[in-house]
Amino acid sequence: MLRRLHSLPGLFAGLIIAFMAITGVVLSLQPVLDHARAPAAVGISVADLAQAVSSNLVGVERIVHSASGAVTAYYDAGQGAAAASIDPASGAVLGDYVPSAFFAFFTELHRSMFLGMNGRLAAGLCALAMVVLSVSGLMLLANRLGGWRKLLASAKGTWSHRLHVELARLAIVGLIVSGLTGAVMSLNSFGLIGDTSGTLAGFPSAVDGGTPAAIASLAALQDLRLGDLRELIFPYSGDPTDVFTLVTSSGQGYVDQASGALLAFTPNSLGQSVYEAIYMLHTGQGLWWFGALLGMASLCVPALAVTGTLVWWMRRRNQPRIVGNVGARHADTVILVGSEGNSTWGFAATLQQQLALAGHKVHVAPMNGLAESYSSADQLLVLTATYGDGTAPASASQFLARLQHLQIQPGLRFAVLGFGDRSFANFCRFAEQVDAALRARAVPAMLPFASVDRQSAQSFAQWGQALGQQLGHALTLEHVPTLPATTDLVLLDRADFGMEVQAPTTVLRFALPDDRRNWLQRLMRIGHGLAFEPGDLVGIVPPGNPVPRYYSLASSTRDGVLEICVRKQAGGLCSEFLHGLEPGQTVSAFVKHNPGFRPQTGKAPVILIGAGTGIAPLAGFVRHNRRHRPYHLYFGGRDPASDFLYAPLLRAALVDRRLASLTTAFSRVVGGHYVQDRLRDDADAIRALVASGAQIMVCGGRQMADGVRASIDLCLAPTGETVSALKAKGRYLEDVY
Amino acid sequence: MKKLTAILLLATALSAPGLAYAKDATLAIQTASYQGPPAYLAVYLAKPDGSYDSTLWVAGGRSSYYRHLRGWIRGISNTNERIDGITGASVGSGRTIEVGITIADALIDAGYTIHVDSAVEGGAENRDDVVLPLNSATSGQVVAGNGYVAALRVTF
Repeated sequence: MLRRLHSLPGLFAGLIIAFMAITGVVLSLQPVLDHARAPAAVGISVADLAQAVSSNLVGVERIVHSASGAVTAYYDAGQGAAAASIDPASGAVLGDYVPSAFFAFFTELHRSMFLGMNGRLAAGLCALAMVVLSVSGLMLLANRLGGWRKLLASAKGTWSHRLHVELARLAIVGLIVSGLTGAVMSLNSFGLIGDTSGTLAGFPSAVDGGTPAAIASLAALQDLRLGDLRELIFPYSGDPTDVFTLVTSSGQGYVDQASGALLAFTPNSLGQSVYEAIYMLHTGQGLWWFGALLGMASLCVPALAVTGTLVWWMRRRNQPRIVGNVGARHADTVILVGSEGNSTWGFAATLQQQLALAGHKVHVAPMNGLAESYSSADQLLVLTATYGDGTAPASASQFLARLQHLQIQPGLRFAVLGFGDRSFANFCRFAEQVDAALRARAVPAMLPFASVDRQSAQSFAQWGQALGQQLGHALTLEHVPTLPATTDLVLLDRADFGMEVQAPTTVLRFALPDDRRNWLQRLMRIGHGLAFEPGDLVGIVPPGNPVPRYYSLASSTRDGVLEICVRKQAGGLCSEFLHGLEPGQTVSAFVKHNPGFRPQTGKAPVILIGAGTGIAPLAGFVRHNRRHRPYHLYFGGRDPASDFLYAPLLRAALVDRRLASLTTAFSRVVGGHYVQDRLRDDADAIRALVASGAQIMVCGGRQMADGVRASIDLCLAPTGETVSALKAKGRYLEDVY
Repeated sequence: MKKLTAILLLATALSAPGLAYAKDATLAIQTASYQGPPAYLAVYLAKPDGSYDSTLWVAGGRSSYYRHLRGWIRGISNTNERIDGITGASVGSGRTIEVGITIADALIDAGYTIHVDSAVEGGAENRDDVVLPLNSATSGQVVAGNGYVAALRVTF
């Protein structure tokens, strides 16, 4: 619901809101330019200024003091109406006043698109839509990051998603202010909010009518400083019964030209004062710096519209179509899906297909679509992701409440498979809650709770095997996520390590194909062409199996090669294929960006911790550390004589200061260590580095990552800092396999 | 509330005889071409001695801006005249409006004059942009103003 509230106005009004924002950005320059041009505020009295202007300018009719501080006099010296800029300090004429046709054009474009009242209505609705988008976006973000307090935590996801979130966080306050004030101004232009323009001060009935006195001697004008003046209208010359009309920041009234008395002064109403403040906030007129800030916030809107549309499009594209779905009452197998980004739906579709092939009648539904009873069902399979800090994803938010009303048929059994990312603190927490809730309702479990980390096709296939055993038939789940187009890469060379310590590892370097795209295709990231940084992933599709395996990249496009580090796994289809590869042979590959695993920008130190092939992306970071940021690398292997990967690079980097320190731990030597032991030995150094703002990046196997996390927590315990807190700030990154 | 009803009843009673002898008239105004937002206009009658009599039509809805229609605002300020039914939108550059107004028979050919004040935000203010005698000879005649009014025609 919330997501729809965000995406519908975004999609329908995105373009026009972006247009309004751009015109708003242009208009925000006006108060800034006016401020730059306007002379400094002066405390001259209105009487002195008006006297000077009236003697300098024949036929002056009125003097206007604008919010920027500029003074303009309108006069008619017998040749038609004209206007002049006035020096606020002396009342001297500075030159002709010509209102900017440029800003007048943009003002009209911004408030009505030259479409009259219909345009004004559209502009008002846009302002309202922007408020709805901002508030719903803020709530979505809070949900996603796990609560309002974590609103500033680092965002994860695709580059368009991250850009959307980062820009929104920068701009949100400005956009809400612009939207709300704009909506109020629109309501006002339609006359829908009370009286904001102030009551009219009636023309005074008792006018002296005597000989006009010198302007400088008029008491009411002597008492008024220029800073408080808005407008002074001169009486018609030769009409002694006419008066000065005076508008100040506090109200309006009249000044008798003979006696100098202030007549019939009407103070501004509260509504008018409030409206004037709203007007000032929206236009920045009289508050130029605030206007400039709003302008900068608005500058983000077109980018938000584009990235928002991309996020929506990717989500939609990933939504699979379930073919041959059976009704809930007739199905023997019910698959319920809890998905936020739709990737879980892809797994559900694979499961549904294979179960249907095996002769099952399968019903697939979102978890919120849990029925009150499934009369023919024997198994209930729940596939669910976890959202943010352990809460239910959008399509499962009602599930736990609805489960209490489920009528459980005898013979019904269940299995829960959680999907998630182990680098989040609350990995698969919601899936575990669902598992526990089903157990609490006394539904027998078919399988123990299982989880799939980062869409691992391997774990999914294993779970399928176990499920097949329970169902009494083979169940082969080969989940193929929709893959980007692959490129054939030619192996340039390879270097083998670790044979002697039963950890055969090879560093493979592939040649990059020629990039034949034009600049537009590169910008849009369409067509062939591999662009990557260390830490990104390459997906390699082994022959005879459509499921890609991912490897961390140790090189960037600028190196001219694609370099990975592969450990041979017994029975591992892809690793055995890669280990059998000879220079000149090719693989099918594509690049998957992994922006969540990059050193932060800045000068703070970075602690890199890797074991085995986990060194690959870290070595890539070191190789490209041209700015000599203090990188502290901890490497764990088995034997320095056999599997010290990247030893020459790291030694060279120590010499030329791309690497500040290198600490190694080898486990198969006398007095062997693991890298997590070394970290504990270096607790003081780690504490000092983290205190100075260091970021920690860990790459390697799961056990090693668990050990490292425990060690770092131990090191940091005296300071009160924790790994989870660092993670929330984006200062503890893991790439774990 | 009762008091208000009484006043309204009284007002109707007083004005009804006048209406019985009133003429429906047409007011057409074309504005000149100028740079700026739509113009505010006030069309009103002045007595033979030149003092304000009554309002015929006002173009522009923001009452705070009425002070710029200077001849008119000065006249209407000290009356209790209501202009709710005789107010329309402000008129953009080079546009034409045509509205129906009511003029009492007794005022025609009696030395009364039609006045138009005009003003544009950030532009000029014209008291007596047009002054036209209210007599049978001027009915339907097109006259030019000297400010934002390019042409005025009152037909009765």
